[in-house]
Amino acid sequence: MSRAEAKAGGPAVGEPEAAAGHTGGPSGTAGAGGPAAAVAVRAPRPLWTLGLFRSELVTVFRRRRTMALCAVLAGVPLLVGIAVRIETRGGGSVGGDRGNGPAFIEQVSNNGLFLTFAGLAATLPFFLPMAVGVVAGDAIAGEASGGTLRYLLVAPAGRTRLLIAKYVSVLVFCLAATLVAAVSALVVGFALFPVGDVTTLSGTTLSLPEGMLRALLIALLVAASLVGIAALGLFVSTLTDSGIGAMATTVGLLITVQIVDSFPQLHAIQPYLFTHYWLSFADLLRDPVTWTGIGKNLGLQAMYAAVFGSAAWARFTSRDITA
Amino acid sequence: MAQPFVPPPQAAPVAGAGTDVVIETRGLAKQYRGTLAVDGIDLRVPRGSVFGFLGPNGSGKTTTIRMLMGLIAPTAGTARVLGRPMPQSTRSVLPEVGALIEGPALYGFLSGRDNLLRYDSADPTADPRTRRVRVAAALDRVGLSAAAGKKAKAYSLGMKQRLGLAAALLQPRELLVLDEPTNGLDPQGMREIRTLVRELAADGTTVFLSSHLLDEIEQVCTHAAVMARGRLITQGPVAELAAGTRGRLAVTGPDPADAARVLAGLGVTGLVTEGERVTGDLPADPAAVPDLAEINAALVAAGVRVRGFGLERASLEDAFVALTGEGFDVAG
Repeated sequence: MSRAEAKAGGPAVGEPEAAAGHTGGPSGTAGAGGPAAAVAVRAPRPLWTLGLFRSELVTVFRRRRTMALCAVLAGVPLLVGIAVRIETRGGGSVGGDRGNGPAFIEQVSNNGLFLTFAGLAATLPFFLPMAVGVVAGDAIAGEASGGTLRYLLVAPAGRTRLLIAKYVSVLVFCLAATLVAAVSALVVGFALFPVGDVTTLSGTTLSLPEGMLRALLIALLVAASLVGIAALGLFVSTLTDSGIGAMATTVGLLITVQIVDSFPQLHAIQPYLFTHYWLSFADLLRDPVTWTGIGKNLGLQAMYAAVFGSAAWARFTSRDITA
Repeated sequence: MAQPFVPPPQAAPVAGAGTDVVIETRGLAKQYRGTLAVDGIDLRVPRGSVFGFLGPNGSGKTTTIRMLMGLIAPTAGTARVLGRPMPQSTRSVLPEVGALIEGPALYGFLSGRDNLLRYDSADPTADPRTRRVRVAAALDRVGLSAAAGKKAKAYSLGMKQRLGLAAALLQPRELLVLDEPTNGLDPQGMREIRTLVRELAADGTTVFLSSHLLDEIEQVCTHAAVMARGRLITQGPVAELAAGTRGRLAVTGPDPADAARVLAGLGVTGLVTEGERVTGDLPADPAAVPDLAEINAALVAAGVRVRGFGLERASLEDAFVALTGEGFDVAG
C-alpha cells in the first residue's frame, strides 16, 4: 500500500480514467466504469472450476495430519510383519489357536504376499476408517471453525461445488490411504518373507503375478468399502462448526457400529451397517471368486453415499454460515 | 443539542434499480433463536461511494454483511447486490465482490501466497493462467511481498489482516465489502488502509466499509449509515450527517461571565460556561448569524479578555450521540 508504483503496474487495477465519473454517486451507470467493463468479460469456465478440486486435494495432502495418518497406516503392516517374523523365527507358526489375530496372518510366514491381505484385514476395521473419519469429519467443519469456509463461499466456490470437491478429495484420500497400507505391506512382506505362488482359500494355486493382481483388486475393494463412512463423515461435518467435534462424532459412530455389528442378538439390523460386509474382500481369494458378499458391500456403500451425500447437500446448501 | 438528522427523501432515481445503487435492501431482517439481530433495514449504497457502515459491536453490522454476501438467509425482506437478488445470485454477483468479513481467516499451514492461490482457485471466474501474477500483485498492493513465503500461522494479526485484504483484491472488483478492515493494525497500517481505500474508490470501486471507529468513517467515507440495536438509524452523505449537528462557538478567557453576556446579546443560544470556557449555538437562521469577526470585535469592545475563540466543528461522534441518545458502547 501507499505504493503508487504497485498500483500503476498491477493488473488488478481498473482503468484510471474511470475514476472521474465515479465519485458523485449516481453519475456512473452499469457497464460504464472500468471495473464493470472488466467484470462483464468474466464468466465461469467449466475447466476453471476444476481449480477448486485441485486446490482441495493439495490442501488435504499438505496437512501434517494427513501425513501422520498415512504414516500410521504404513506402520501397521510393518509392525505386523516384524511381529510375525519374530514369532516364526524358530520355525513355529503364528497363533497356536487358529483364528486368533487378523485373517491370513498364518500364511504370512510362508508367503510374504499374504502380508498385504493381512495388513488390509488388520487396518480395515479401525485404522483406515478412523483416518477417513478424521479427514471427512474435518472437511466442512474444519473450514468452518477456521473461518476459511466463509471466504471460500464468497470467492464464490458455490456450496454444491465445494461439497462435491470435498467429497472427491475425501474419496481420493480413501484410495491413497488404502494404497499406502497395501504398498507398505507389500514391501515389508517381500523384504521379510519368502514369496511365491498363492494358495487360494479354495485350495487352488495362483501364480505370483495373478496373486498380485488380486492384491490390487482387494486394495481397490477396501478403498471402495470406505465410501460409506466418507459420506457419513461429510454429513456430520455439515452439522457443526467444530472440526474436532465432527471428527470425534464420526469416529465414535464407527466404533458404535463396529460394536453393534459384533452382537449376534442384533442380527436384524446388521445387514444395514456399513461395516457389515467389509471383510467380504477375502472372497477375491477364492477360486472361482464369489461375488455375492462383495456385491452386497458395494451396494451398501453406494446406498450410504447416496443417503448421507443427499443429507449433507440438503443441510449444507440451506444452512446459515455464521462461523 | 441539535435536532436528529433527518434522512433525505428517496430523491435519487429508484427506477432502473441496480444501475446507480450497488446495495439495496428492503425490510431486511434476521432473527436468531428469538433475538432480532437485524430489524427490517432499508439500506441504499450508491455506486462509487465509500460507504461507512457504522455501529457499536453487536449492532447487527456483520449479520447484515453476511446476508448481503449470501452466507445467511434473511428471515424477512430482500437484499439486492449489484442489482441482483441475494442469496439467489451468489454465483454471478460474488465474483465481482471482494470481501473481508469479520476478520481474516487463513490456513495456518499454508504460506501467505498459497492461501491466496487457494482462495483464487475457489473462484470459477478466475483465470488460472494469470493466477500467480494476480496473487503477486495483490500481495504487493498490501505490502506483503516480503512475507509471502512465510507460513500464515507465523503472521501477526496485522499481517493476517493485510492478507485478508489481498484476497479481496485478487480481481478487479465492482464492490469491496470490508468489515472492520483496520482491526489489529497499528496507526501506520491504518493509514495505509485508508490510502488504499481512497485509491480503490478513485478507480471506481464502491467500498462498503464497516467500522465501530467513528473517526475512521469520517476520514475516508463519502456516505455513511448508522446501525444501533439491529436498526438502521440513519444514512446519507457524511457531510449531511455531521451537518445535522451544527458547530458550537467557543470562547475561552478569564471573564467567562462577561463573555456569556455579550454572546447572549448577539443572539447566541444554549450558552454553557465551564470554568474559563463559554460555548453556545449560533442562531439557526443563517441570515441572523453574525460574522465571527464581528462577534470577536464585540467581545473586545466590551472589554472581555479573550484567550481562545473559534467554531468547534461537530464530529460524526456528536451526530451519533445525538441520533442514538447514548454513548457508543457495546449493545447489550
